[in-house]
This record gives sequence, structure tokens and C-alpha cells, in this order.
Amino acid sequence: MIHSLFLINCSGDIFLEKHWKSVVSQSVCDYFFEAQEKAADVENVPPVISTPHHYLISIYRDKLFFVSVIQTEVPPLFVIEFLHRVADTFQDYFGECSEAAIKDNVVIVYELLEEMLDNGFPLATESNILKELIKPPTILRSVVNSITGSSNVGDTLPTGQLSNIPWRRAGVKYTNNEAYFDVVEEIDAIIDKSGSTVFAEIQGVIDACIKLSGMPDLSLSFMNPRLLDDVSFHPCIRFKRWESERVLSFIPPDGNFRLISYRVSSQNLVAIPVYVKHCISFKENSSCGRFDITIGPKQNMGKTIEGITVTVHMPKVVLNMNLTPTQGSYTFDPVTKVLTWDVGKITPQKLPSLKGLVNLQSGAPKPEENPSLNIQFKIQQLAISGLKVNRLDMYGEKYKPFKGVKYVTKAGKFQLGRFGR
Amino acid sequence: MSSNSFAYSEQSGGGEATELGQEATSTISPSGAFGLFSSDLKKNEDLKQMLESNKDSAKLDAMKRIVGMIAKGKNASELFPAVVKNVASKNIEIKKLVYVYLVRYAEEQQDLALLSISTFQRALKDSNQLIRASALRVLSSIRVPIIVPIMMLAIKEASADLSPYVRKNAAHAIQKLYSLDPEQKEMLIEVIEKLLKDKSTLVAGSVVMAFEEVCPDRIDLIHKNYRKLCNLLVDVEEWGQVVIIHMLTRYARTQFLSPWKEEDGLEDDEKNFYDSDDEQKEKTDKTKKSYTMDPDHRLLIRNTKPLLQSRNAAVVMAVAQLYWHISPKSEVGIISKSLVRLLRSNREVQYIVLQNIATMSIQRKGMFEPYLKSFYVRSTDPTMIKTLKLEILTNLANEANISTLLREFQTYVKSQDKEFAAATIQAIGRCATNISEVTDTCLNGLVCLLSNRDEIVVAESVVVIKKLLQMQPAQHGEIIKHMAKLLDSITTKLLTQYILNLGKYDQNYDIRDRTRFIRQLIVPNEKSGALSKYAKKIFLAQKPAPLLESPFKDRDHFQLGTLSHTLNTKAAGYLELSNWPEVAPDPSVRNVEVIELAKEWTPAGKAKKENPAQKFYSESEEEEDSSDSSSDSDSDSGSASGEQDEQGGSSEDSSEDSSSEPQSDSESASEVGDKRAAKRNSKSKWKRDSEDGENENEKSRTSDSSSADSSSVEESSSDSESESESESESESRKVTKEKEKKTKQDINPLTKDVSLLDLDDFNPVSTPVALPTPAFSPSLIADLEGLNLSTTSSVISVSTPVFVPVKTHVLLHRMSGKGLAAHYFFPRQPCIFGDKMVSIQVTLNNTTDRKIENIHIGGKKLPIGMQMHVFNPIESLEPEGSITVSVGIDFCDSTQTASFQLCTKDDCFNVSIQPPVGELLLPVAMSEKDFKKEQGMLTGMNETSTVIIAAPQNFTPSVILQKVVDVANVGVVPSGQDHIHRFAAKTVHSGSLLLVTVGLKEGSTAQLTINTEKTVIGSVLLRELKPVLSQG
Repeated sequence: MIHSLFLINCSGDIFLEKHWKSVVSQSVCDYFFEAQEKAADVENVPPVISTPHHYLISIYRDKLFFVSVIQTEVPPLFVIEFLHRVADTFQDYFGECSEAAIKDNVVIVYELLEEMLDNGFPLATESNILKELIKPPTILRSVVNSITGSSNVGDTLPTGQLSNIPWRRAGVKYTNNEAYFDVVEEIDAIIDKSGSTVFAEIQGVIDACIKLSGMPDLSLSFMNPRLLDDVSFHPCIRFKRWESERVLSFIPPDGNFRLISYRVSSQNLVAIPVYVKHCISFKENSSCGRFDITIGPKQNMGKTIEGITVTVHMPKVVLNMNLTPTQGSYTFDPVTKVLTWDVGKITPQKLPSLKGLVNLQSGAPKPEENPSLNIQFKIQQLAISGLKVNRLDMYGEKYKPFKGVKYVTKAGKFQLGRFGR
Repeated sequence: MSSNSFAYSEQSGGGEATELGQEATSTISPSGAFGLFSSDLKKNEDLKQMLESNKDSAKLDAMKRIVGMIAKGKNASELFPAVVKNVASKNIEIKKLVYVYLVRYAEEQQDLALLSISTFQRALKDSNQLIRASALRVLSSIRVPIIVPIMMLAIKEASADLSPYVRKNAAHAIQKLYSLDPEQKEMLIEVIEKLLKDKSTLVAGSVVMAFEEVCPDRIDLIHKNYRKLCNLLVDVEEWGQVVIIHMLTRYARTQFLSPWKEEDGLEDDEKNFYDSDDEQKEKTDKTKKSYTMDPDHRLLIRNTKPLLQSRNAAVVMAVAQLYWHISPKSEVGIISKSLVRLLRSNREVQYIVLQNIATMSIQRKGMFEPYLKSFYVRSTDPTMIKTLKLEILTNLANEANISTLLREFQTYVKSQDKEFAAATIQAIGRCATNISEVTDTCLNGLVCLLSNRDEIVVAESVVVIKKLLQMQPAQHGEIIKHMAKLLDSITTKLLTQYILNLGKYDQNYDIRDRTRFIRQLIVPNEKSGALSKYAKKIFLAQKPAPLLESPFKDRDHFQLGTLSHTLNTKAAGYLELSNWPEVAPDPSVRNVEVIELAKEWTPAGKAKKENPAQKFYSESEEEEDSSDSSSDSDSDSGSASGEQDEQGGSSEDSSEDSSSEPQSDSESASEVGDKRAAKRNSKSKWKRDSEDGENENEKSRTSDSSSADSSSVEESSSDSESESESESESESRKVTKEKEKKTKQDINPLTKDVSLLDLDDFNPVSTPVALPTPAFSPSLIADLEGLNLSTTSSVISVSTPVFVPVKTHVLLHRMSGKGLAAHYFFPRQPCIFGDKMVSIQVTLNNTTDRKIENIHIGGKKLPIGMQMHVFNPIESLEPEGSITVSVGIDFCDSTQTASFQLCTKDDCFNVSIQPPVGELLLPVAMSEKDFKKEQGMLTGMNETSTVIIAAPQNFTPSVILQKVVDVANVGVVPSGQDHIHRFAAKTVHSGSLLLVTVGLKEGSTAQLTINTEKTVIGSVLLRELKPVLSQG
């Protein structure tokens, strides 16, 4: 299936190559570079490229291109999912998926890639299994290894590979047994300039951090499971239990993992926690315009909205901006024309605003449209859908674990103004 | 530290080398640059020395640097001799890195590579399965043709390895060997055939992959493994799932009849359907039947459904394409939600999924219309995503939503992304042609855009308007005038000349060429040839109006989700999806022989694997030696409910906080806490469920069955009567609703509500999933429960019939039917019309010499409570023709006769069906442990038994099995003792368990025992079984 993999950085250097079948020359990447040049920006490089003898399927992650070479028919999503899984694994092992981290750990990267694919077909992709085969680097271990000459490579088959619970490693032991769940909800919305919602829905995930000894069998139940309109599961979850009782029953992997992701249907009314008034006007026949944004809380359920950031992609003719924020700080990048305003949190007494002048290229026609705004924010201790975890029960082990649930709501793809109407 | 960089040349000792190696690997870029300048020769020299040192640490560092070089794509081949020496290193990490090196360079250094082979051959015999597996992996990855025979041998041996992990690697090695030497194909197919039979989930995905690469046309190898693969699917790792689903999609298209035709007919016009059917019948002669879905077809569709919830987008897409290509059209809708969910994923996934949605949305707007807003474009989307969304929005446009969409499109035109704005204008043009109501609105809108400041927008608008006008040239004089006005007052002639002059100097040779051509034709000058006379004819010829259509229009001839679909060209190795067969190939090829199984049930064969659900647990090695593996590798239901007991006892402590909860916690308790209380108090359980159920009918149904349950204990003989009474009461209250439900059931007999309902019926017997399984039980139990053919509860899962008797019964004799003869038989399949119905196949024969027209079922005289689903009227039956139709009858678990009229155009005949008691059952798969437990609860009045006397040759396992399944549709329960045979079934209507035990005694006697709540059925069945078993 997957013939070869090339890792390419933003400046077009191929800094790692791995072949699972016979060697494919680096020159195959020229087709990729060609496509990259054609595309206006990195986001627009087509994920699937056809070349005379091969097909290239690529992903773009953390400023790196993962370009895989394919020779025969294969579901493209198969390759795309796998490449993302590789990137996830790097992230998991090295804390970041960057060129530097990969170069620093090139041997581990190679060992990982060797285990993850055999003859181009995925072999072991579960993080729990990989970590038994190849231990992640730590400073202590690298020191010890260099002195004793011992290795990072396990010499027995991970137990998980053979059992029906391939995602969990055996013999887990902790002195403090803990299970934490983060319910993270993101609001995706498109709001037009008049403030009415064109489209809104809630996307949520439950991320778990499980540090429990032995083979715990957990069941997590909700006060209002019917809110969850569409759910996708980690393979550990027993589907039937969910179907019949709406309870999440599972033997968890060890460590951090995503338990479920879900969607709360758009039929339910989605509360929009903030409003933004913005007014950008350009005077005819003048090289400057006025710019004015105010942000205020809307349906915030009595919680503080924090971590607000507003990003505006200004039209190309804008040269510079001269603004005064009532709080926070702003930056304007004259090259990318992106205005970023780091607001902080809203205090209802004094609503944050950003006002000032916009300098345009002289002589250029004034922009016909106002730019749209993207907003980021965060509300702690609130799941905006109202989802609530009822209880967590553990079976199969005797000890009493420490349990915790955290809720947070964020802005997802939150856009105000439609292509500037 | 900086001194290190010039220490390179004098490098020799091991100690320092350690330090150096660290440096070199940790900062590849500077050292890489360095290596580029210093001739590689010198540097490699010190690597060689390090490799030859006797310190592992030096070797390891050398190997790490070499791997660094390989990763950078630098040539390290000259180190081959030095590296290959270390292949037998004791240090596992060195060994692994040497393997990496070998696989990379063996092809270039074939002779030297042979040095390493003996090491691998030795490692193939190692006791550690990881070492065996990795030796096989490397051996098969060395692409050296000389070792093909060695590889072949190794693969053969590994395919019989005890470790499934090694067998998995063997499956991978098959593909490698095949690509190295295609001549081994035949031998490799043998190995594939063997591995396809493997029961480990670990192997399944890999071997199917090998199958797809080596012999995708050998569909015959799949038959016997088809059901197993369907059942294993949920447990296979995600990558294997994708491959298996794609393969099974192709398989289904060759083996099953199209589920589409009938429904299309029903959707459109019934007449039409039958007409076309008749035509076809003339062609294909009498083979046409009315469509019933093959249960295996259904099995695949059902077992893939849970995978729509996978976290892996490739799996979701694979299931989606399976539904699209093989499920009945009415069921495809469920995939939309999952596909829309994938749109939240990263841009690459979005791109592929949107492409597939675009193709689907052309054919079936309805599927995605509810999700219209999910395709609204965001300003931050990359252009390729924007255009795909736009494509889908355009496909979804209809009269109802067009005004919303046009408003949306208007905002897109203003986008800063001009490429996208241009695409939007094209989209508006397409909407205008597709929906005639808005053509004028769109045209006017586009005309307004002509005054736009952006030239791309104007240009695109002109193009689109031109196309629209060409389609309706007559009506739009106004617009043409308007466009003309936009041109300045310069006379057209001069303007044309000016443009043509300008074109002469264009940089593009194509434009220069075209101008020259046009100029010669239309500008009059002395040299102009004869052609100019025809200029008018040439340029103003009637052209066909352009079609504005989607670029995704014809993409669906590629299987969705494939690379070929994405590229819209056939990719290398693309396997064509065949059309549905005209006549279904023999479905029995998928049956796994009964006799073979009978052998396995003897204790020597240990309790295992006759029922598909159990196969997943084969943990090979453990299975071989552990005698208690039966409980370990028990069927889902076995360990689920069996161990509940243990938990019930021991969980007093662990669940005390939870059991005390119902009092303390008010609201949530009823939701969650109940499930434990339910174990002891089943009534409250069904009460809760019926409250939960949205469908009110459920309530009435539940109460039926409960009243039936209670009455059956007191007065068993009147059981069916009281039941039907209570049903009639509730029916009178809710006749209309009942009808609604019936139609609903007809469409989809497998709704979740129904299964909940059946669960309730069982509750007195057991509570299937009330408690979570204890920790050490295989965790997938709960998931597995969905694997069977079950339409009902999870613990008592309906399995496929062990045996289907061919015996037919006469419904209407040809003498009394004036030439129309009718026979019926029980196919023992779950009824597609309703899950409380018994499925009956009626074969109609025309023995006259003229057509019999309009055969249908007339008046029904059914006992109260009984229901019947009739077949669609048959337009006509040719002389000597025969046709088979399906009928479903809900006998309410009684042997009462269903009487009805079979009518033709001229006559009506009274006929009746009285079901043999054995056909009122559905086979159930359960473990021995469960069986005993259930039996323990069905004693006293619920038990009937008798002694049978027969010759010993009649008491061999296979004879007993054959006789029992011949009489009754029961499932076989694996037995640990060879003198006791157990069978389990449930009644079709109420789902009550029925357990049959044949215990062999000394001499030639046997004890036949039947345990069931339905005592009437029990005693009748006992009466029927007794003579059969005793006769010789």
C-alpha cells in the first residue's frame, strides 16, 4: 500500500525518507513541489496528486508535509488517516511534531516507522503497543543508555498485540490511581453582520487521562445522554452497551486518549456566548478608513469568558493600522494583513473595544467589502450543550481511584460576518 | 564540545565514539553538512572501525549514525560488509538497526546479503514469537530473487505458527514474495486459502489484504469464510476493517441479487415494475422470483453499521461506500450523518469526504438535504474545500431551498478569494438551468454582476450568461440589449479590428494563431480567400446549447472512497465493482457443513467455534492448552451473563454505593441506577424501557407479552387465548397506530425499538447487559453481541439455522385449485416483514395451459391476534410457469391454523397453513454455561420430559443432531460432555426460550427434556420429537 514516505519542511527540504518496499527516488517529490507552487498557499496543495508512475498522498501538519508514495489503488482516506496517526505518534513521543524533534530522534523515528508499517500495511499503530516496543525518549533514559549500553527497544511482544484488548498494555501499576475526563466543547458558528446566526452547532470531545493499575473496567454515564446526536468512539468502547443503555463502558488504554467525539445536533438551539459589533468604513477618495470593534457577553450562563482573541484578515490594500484598544494588545502584520487582537477576558462593566484609523494604499480603489472576523474564546467549567457526566464506576479492580471531570467550552470555527456583507 | 567536530578524523576509540555518536545523531543538520564536505570516505572509515570494535555501545552509535544517513537519503551502501557482520548481534537494538540497513541495501548487494540468510533461518525457529516474526519480516523484505524458495518455505511454516502475530506477518510476507516473483502465485494462493480460514482477528485484515493483491478474482475462496469475516469485522483492527469492507463490497456485488429493483419499482409505480419484470421474464424465462434479501447480504449490512461510529475516517468512509453500493436504497440514509461528522476533521479528510458526498448528492439529494447548512462555506476554508462545498450546495439546490441558497451564494460572490467567487457564479448558472423557477432571478442577478468592479467576476458572469442565453435564445432580448449598452459607443467594427490587431502581438502563440484565423475570415481584404464567403456559416452555425453540469456527474461508476474516484481516472490496480448478477449464485456455498461441525462438538474437539460469535476468542496458543478455555473463549453471551452471577455475588461490596443510590439520588437514579435494580426486578426494567421508548405501541406490546407470561404459568392451555385477548384489547385502542407500526416494520424490520422490546420478554429469564462485564473477561463481549443475526436481545442471539429442511407442504392442490397449485415451505430465515412473523415461502405453479391472472391473497380468517403479511399481487402466471413469493405470518406462538383465500382473477380458494411447532422457533446461540443457567430457571411446570428407547446407532451425535434440527428450528449448544446434547431456540412471537436436552443413558435409552415457558409448545414439540428420535 504505502510505498515510501518523505518528510518535507516548509522551505522544501526533504529531511527524512523511509521506504517500505523498493527504493523510490527523491525526484518523485518534484511533482509535489510543482503542485505546491501552483497552489496559492500550503492549505491548497491537493492531498492527492497523480504522477506518471506513482500517486502522491500528502498531509500538512505542524508546518511539515508528510508525502507518501502509492503505486496502486488504495482508499485515500486510509493513507491520510495513517499519516495523521504517524504525526500523532511523533507528537506523543517527542512532545511536538516538528522538524527539530524528528531530526533529534531520527533513530526512534525510524524504529517507529518500521513497526508501524510492514510492506506498506499498518502493523502497530496503538500508542500503548508502540510504547512497549519502543520506549519514548527521556533525558534520564538516554543518559542511562549511553552509560550501560542498554537500548530503547523492547524484546518481547507486547501483550496487547495478542489479546482482545490491543489498546491496553499489561501490568500497569500506579501508586496513585487517577482517572480524569475533560469534556471539551467547541462552538462552530457563522454569524452574519446583523448578529443573527446563520449556522451553529456544538462539537465536543471527551479526552481522558487514565492512570489506573491493572485491568479496570469503567463505565461512564451521563445525566442527559440523549443530547449526543452523533458519536464516534475509541475502539475500546462497547458499542452495544451504548446502543442499549447510553452508557460508555470500556477498558481504557493507559495514559491519554480521546474517548469519544460527538456532535450536538444543530436542531437544538445553540447559545452564542459573545457578540461583536464591528464597523469598518472606508472613505471614498481618501487613503484612510475607520475601524471599530466592541465585544460583549451574550448568553454566557453567568461564567466569565476569557482568552478572547480576535483575528481579522484585512483587505490587501490596507497598508497599516493605527488603533487603540481599551484592553489587551493588538498586532497587525503588514505582510499577511492579519490583525490580531488579544483581548483577555470580558468584564461586563467596561466592554473591550478597539478603535482607530486604517491606512490604505494611496490611489488603490477602496475595498468593496468588509472583512470577516474570527474569534477565539474559552469558558471554564461549562459545557455549553448542558452535557453532564453523572457518574463513573469502576469494576474489576479493588482500589478506590481518584476521579475528576473538567468542562470547558471554546470557540471552534467561529466566524462573524460573511465575506463581509 | 566544539572540539568534537575536528576530532572526526582521528576518531578510533570506543569511549570517545560514544560521545561523538551522540553528537552526530542529535544534531543531524550540522554534521550532515559537515559530512557533505569531508569526503564520505574518511567518515565511513571511522564508522567501519566502530562497527568492528567489540563494544556494543560503539556499534550502536555507528548504526545510529548510519540509520541517520539512510533517513537523509544518503548512500551508505559501501558499509554493507561491515554492517552485515553484526546481524547476529545479541543486542536487540543493534540487531534491529542492522535489519533496517539490510532491508534498505540488500537489493543492491545481493551476494553479501546472502551471508545474513542463515541467521534469519535460525531466528525463524526461535522460541520468542517476536523474534520469529521479525526474522520473517526482514527475510521477506530482502528483495533478492535467489532466496525465493527459502522465503516460500518460511511463509508456509509461519502460516501454521501457533502465534497469530507470526501468522499475521506471514500474510504480509505473501504480498512481498508475490511482488518479487509472481510465478509463485499458485503456491501463495494455497497459503492464502489456509490463512483465510484463520480465526484470529489479528490475521484477518492482513490476509484479506494479501488476497486483494495476489488473487482478487478468486472470489470462491471467500465463500466459506464470508460469514466468519462478517462476524469478526468489529474486532479486527481498524486498518484491516477498511480492507475487508472493500473486499466484501465487491463480493456482495457478485453474489447477491440487487436489492434496488424492487424498491425503485415501489417508489415509482408498481405497474411499471411488474411490466418490466414481465419483459425480463420472457427473456430469462421462469427464473425470476420476487426479491427476498439473502440473509448473508443482510448480515453484512447489519454488521458493518456499528463501524459508522469508528474514530477512523477511513473506516467510516468504507462503511459508507458499502451502504451506497450494496444496501437497499431506503437504508443508505444512515450514512449521511456520519459523513457530515467527518467534515470536522482535518482538511485532507474533508477534501476526500466532500468529493464523495458530491458524487452521492447528485444521485440522491434527499440524503444530504437536512445537512445543507453543514456545507456552508467559511472564509477560512482553503479554496479546494470551498469549491467542493459549493459543488455540493449546487447539487442540493431545489425549489424549496433555492432562495436561501441564492442568498448564500450572493455573499460568496463578494469573497476575496476570486477563484472561488468565479466558481460561485458558475454555480448560480447551474442552479438557473436546473430550477426553472429561478432562471430569471439568476439571470438578473448575474446581469447586475456585470457592473462589478472585479474583472474576474465580470468575465465569469459573461460566460455564464452567454451559456444561459444560448439555452433559451428567444426570450432574452432585453438582456442582450443591456449587455450591448455596456459597450462604449465605439462602433463594433472598429473595436473588433482593434482587438484583432492587439491579438497579433499577444505573447501567447495560441491567441496569435486564433486572431490570424479570425482575421482572415472576417476582415475583408484583397487577399482573402474563398473561405470568407462562408464566414457567416462558420461562425454562426447552430451550436448545441451547452450543458451546465456537475463535474461529479459520472464519477459514481468508480467505487466510492477509492483513489480512482478521487482522481476520476482508473488507478493502477483498481478492481471494478461488478454489476449485480441477474440470477443469484447458489447461496449454499457459504454454508459451513453441518457434519463437519458435528465432529467438532465431540469433546475431543473441545468446546469451540461452531457458532460464529465464538470464533473471535480463539487466542490460539492459550486455547490449545487451557482446559477451561471454554469459559475463556466462551461465546459473548456466555461470559457476559455467566459472570454476572459472580459479580452479583461479589459486587455487593463494589456496587454497594451504586445500589444505595436509587434512594439518595433522585433523577439520575432512575436512569442509571436502575440497571442494577433491574437485575433483580425485571419488571421495573421493562417499565423503564417502555417509558423510554418513544413508540407508544411498545407499551401495548410489552403489556401483551407480560400478561401472556403471567397467564402461562397459571393456565398453560389457554395461554394463547388470553394472550390474543389482551392483544385484541390493546389493538382496538390503537388500531391506527398499530398499522403505522406495521408499515414501519415492513420497511425496516430491525429497528432498535423492536430489539429493546424483545429484550423485555427475556427479562424474567435473564438480564443480558444489565451489568458491565468484569474486568478480565474479553472486553469486546458487548460489541460482539451485535454480531449475530440477532434482531433481538444481546444475550440470546439468534443464529443462522443449522439446517433447512426441503420438505414442502401442499397449500392448494392443483385439482381443487383449477390448475393453480401452491406449495409452501419454511425457509427458517428471520422474516423480513416483521420480527414476530414466521417466514414462509409459497411456490405457485400454473398447471393449466392458459395464463392465470392476478393471483393475490383475498380474505383472511385469522385467529385473533394473528397477523399476516401477504405477497404483492402477481399480475399473471404463464402456463407451466412457477413463481415463489414470501409471506410472513405471526402465529402468536400457537399452532392454530391461519386460513385465508388465495384468489385469482376468476376464483377464490380457501386455503390454510398450520405451522409445525418446530417452525415457530428461531435458533439461538448460547454457551453451555448459559444454557444450564437458563435451564435452572425453567423447571417445574416449565419442564416436560420423556424417555426414548432406540438402537445405539441412532444415538450418535450426528444422527441426533440431524433428527432434532429436522423437526425443529433450533440452534446447537456446544457441549462439554459427549452424552448430552443441547439445543436452544426461542419462540418467534414472544421470544421465550426453549431448551431441548437429549441425555444419553446406558443401554439404548435417552432422556429427552424440554424446558420452556410456553408449555404448550414444549409438550407438542416433545410429542413430535419422541417418535422421530426413537425410530430407526
